[in-house]
Amino acid sequence: MTFRRYMVLVAVMVTAAFGDTFLSAGMREVGPVSFHHLSTLFSALQVPWIVAGIVLLTIFFASYLAALSWADLTFVLPATSFSYVIIALLSQFWLHETITLARWAGILLITLGVGFVTRGPSYTETNVKIASLEHAAEADSSSAKERSA
Amino acid sequence: MMTHTNNFVVWMAIAAIVVLATAGDVFMAAAMRQIGDFDAVRARSGMKGAILAVIGNPKFLLGVFCMALSFFSLLFALSRADVSLVAPAAAALTFVTNAFAAKWILKENVDRRRWFAAVCVCIGVFLMSF
Repeated sequence: MTFRRYMVLVAVMVTAAFGDTFLSAGMREVGPVSFHHLSTLFSALQVPWIVAGIVLLTIFFASYLAALSWADLTFVLPATSFSYVIIALLSQFWLHETITLARWAGILLITLGVGFVTRGPSYTETNVKIASLEHAAEADSSSAKERSA
Repeated sequence: MMTHTNNFVVWMAIAAIVVLATAGDVFMAAAMRQIGDFDAVRARSGMKGAILAVIGNPKFLLGVFCMALSFFSLLFALSRADVSLVAPAAAALTFVTNAFAAKWILKENVDRRRWFAAVCVCIGVFLMSF
């Protein structure tokens, strides 16, 4: 894990938290959606908060995919779960929902889980992967021989 | 805001979010594992080539389809309940289903450290719904 990769994980946390909170602010403007008028969900796409939320969640998605290309799902998910702590803080200070004692306990446990998993290995090397790496190394050394010949 | 019927509908919507999100995560993780280190792919075939490699991957497309359905379930749930209930509740359940799916389908090495982290986060996220 390099510094750059940790920054990608931070981007995943921040964009996920702000994206979800923006969606929530937007859906409050839209109001309850009923089963019989599911098309209301499409009109939600015209609310600025929803659009901003979607933009952030798009950035989230790109960072998330990049993280999955060099780390396991069971590493990336707990490591980025700090976004739920950010959501809790945003929903208290911006949307004026209340943080109870149980929520603070939850925040503590999530932080603990994040700290724990990020200290472990990030990727399961598969046999196929190792074989292809060896193959690439062989190809490299043979082309080096050709060059020197 | 919460009535009994609304409560049931909200939890059914949360169940839909969880199942669809797990399927989406597993498909996308499998796709990215198949494609390999994104930075290396980008160095080899440029940003455009790397994006095409992702978008052209059938597993990735299946994952996106599941995620899109999960997203509309999320919007539906958010219109009926607070984000501080819906997002943590759906996420807590998704952590457990994902850990099992990663172990059995993706064959990831889910060691004791990862189980502990998944359970910590799951309980923590669950506590946040109070």
